Amino acid sequence: MTPYDAILSALDALRLHKLRSALTMLGIIIGVGAVIAMIAVGGGAREMVVAQIRSLGANLLVVIPGNVTQGGVRLGFGAASTLTEDDAAAIAKEVAIVQVTAPFMRGGAQIVAGGQNWATVVYGVDLGWFDAREWEVESGRLFEPEEIARGMQVALIGETVAKNLFGTADPLRETIRVRNVPFTVIGVMAKKGQSTFGQDQDDVVLLPLAAARQRVLGRNLANARAVGSIYVKVREGESLTQAEEEVKALLRQRHRLQPHQEDDFSVRNLAEISATREASARTLALLLAAVAGVSLAVGGIGIMNIMLVSVTERTREIGLRVAVGARPRDIRRQFLIEAASLAAIGGLVGVAIGVAAAYVIANAAGWPLLIETRAIVLAVAFSGLVGVFFGWYPALRASRLDPIEALRHT
Amino acid sequence: MALIELDNLTRFYRLGGETVKALDGVSLAIDAGEFVAVMGPSGSGKSTFMNLVGCLDRPTSGAYSLDRQEMSRRNADELAYVRCHQIGFVFQQFNLLDRLDALGNVEMPLIYAGVERRLRRDRAAAALTRVGLGDRLHHRPTELSGGQQQRVAIARALVNAPKVLLADEPTGALDSRTSLELMALLQSLNREGTTIIIVTHEADIATYAARLIRFLDGKVMSDANQRMVDAAEALKALTASAAMEKVA
Repeated sequence: MTPYDAILSALDALRLHKLRSALTMLGIIIGVGAVIAMIAVGGGAREMVVAQIRSLGANLLVVIPGNVTQGGVRLGFGAASTLTEDDAAAIAKEVAIVQVTAPFMRGGAQIVAGGQNWATVVYGVDLGWFDAREWEVESGRLFEPEEIARGMQVALIGETVAKNLFGTADPLRETIRVRNVPFTVIGVMAKKGQSTFGQDQDDVVLLPLAAARQRVLGRNLANARAVGSIYVKVREGESLTQAEEEVKALLRQRHRLQPHQEDDFSVRNLAEISATREASARTLALLLAAVAGVSLAVGGIGIMNIMLVSVTERTREIGLRVAVGARPRDIRRQFLIEAASLAAIGGLVGVAIGVAAAYVIANAAGWPLLIETRAIVLAVAFSGLVGVFFGWYPALRASRLDPIEALRHT
Repeated sequence: MALIELDNLTRFYRLGGETVKALDGVSLAIDAGEFVAVMGPSGSGKSTFMNLVGCLDRPTSGAYSLDRQEMSRRNADELAYVRCHQIGFVFQQFNLLDRLDALGNVEMPLIYAGVERRLRRDRAAAALTRVGLGDRLHHRPTELSGGQQQRVAIARALVNAPKVLLADEPTGALDSRTSLELMALLQSLNREGTTIIIVTHEADIATYAARLIRFLDGKVMSDANQRMVDAAEALKALTASAAMEKVA
């Protein structure tokens, strides 16, 4: 009996009991569907996290002002401006594995240009910031060192801001008013998309740090050198944890903190934040894997059950086949192929459902849809294996039937 | 040398601590081209005899050779090969698969013989035509009468051109007229050279064979050649008398 004949004959037998075959496949369908959805969702989530880390800038630490106690009242992180440009400069100078530091401040502001206005986020930055964030201009140019040093009234705008204020018109050399202070647009930043936290990173206006502090964001600051936060970019291949330790030690020393005092700043590792999100995606994937494993096992047992019923029902057929010349191995193969076909067809339907589910989940979560052909081939092959595994015993029983008894069976 | 030779063949079963001597020292020979009827009460050993000759079972002792080949010490795969190529079975209950059409049922032994697909179709169609069902190739068993179903079964038994056709109560499920038609078909196949052995408990069916072997208690009680009644003639006579009755 050729494999082709065997498969045709198996499909014939399955067609005879359509509903029964479909119900038997259900476990495999759910199992394989879950596997496919799992791999697609897990892969998509990982892809997204990697892309987000990249968009934020790799190897990045953020130093933010810490909680300070003022007369018994503990203010939260970022409440006080304890960091200065000098801290940033010191970190860059003293910590060898740091490549660049970027002190910056940040605040909301209403922007007006021509007849349009738009509420956005304003950053006061220096040139190190563009290195740290790995961000370049799309059109126009970056700040000149002199513009940073003198706090000149020039601005770079994100793509979203450009679109909302100028539409399709060219914003270069136009004047925008940030909290009523005029700035000249010298460039538009390249598109960056959403951040890890779902913010539109292109909805932004960048100003020279000194200009932002003195004219827009920090008019009431006591310290004229104060900054909101500092990005610390660590050299490629160096340990973020080690850099974190060294930055902490240096800042405690510079801020003259006693051993019993808490840090008045905090260092955050952006990769860690992203890793948390990745971990939750992995949890979801593990959950689906468990569901898949259980339902494949249950589906396999269902196949075994139905195959045993089928062997009993077809005892006379088996006897007949033996009488006309089937060898025990032909009988075994026939039932194995039936079980495997049952499982593999279930697997194919499962793939279709899994892909659809992955599409829906990816859409809902805003993740990229990532379906690997390899995963599909693996899933179908694996479900076929489940069929072979659970079909083995029924097939063996069929092949061991005594043909004389089998032919007498009613 | 005869086509089938049994030498002191025995087949014992253990049944609830007791030994059942289903076949107890049978020696006989059947030549190619014979038409043999086997009779005997139930438990006489005639079914065991058929199973052993058909290589579905193995003897406890003794020798059995088919076409000069010793069969009693073969393994399961070798016996399957023999059943596939040298033996054709016909059963009382036809044993056709309802999900296949006539052609599909007749093709089945050829699948196990490893015959290529197109050739299989042709040979199955030829066998069906030979038994008078050339116009029923794509009918399913449920769409055929009992006599037609048994003809499909005979076509299936013949399709591999076996050395011997074994029929176990082939007319057991048929009415007398259809039984006669079937016996006429078997006789015509026999005239073309097919060796046929049928088991029957109906004495009149046995008269259409040329040799009658009676079994009792696992032994051959009698074994004699007889005048073979022509089933086709009997059928004509039956038709004539039925017509007479109608007229009267």
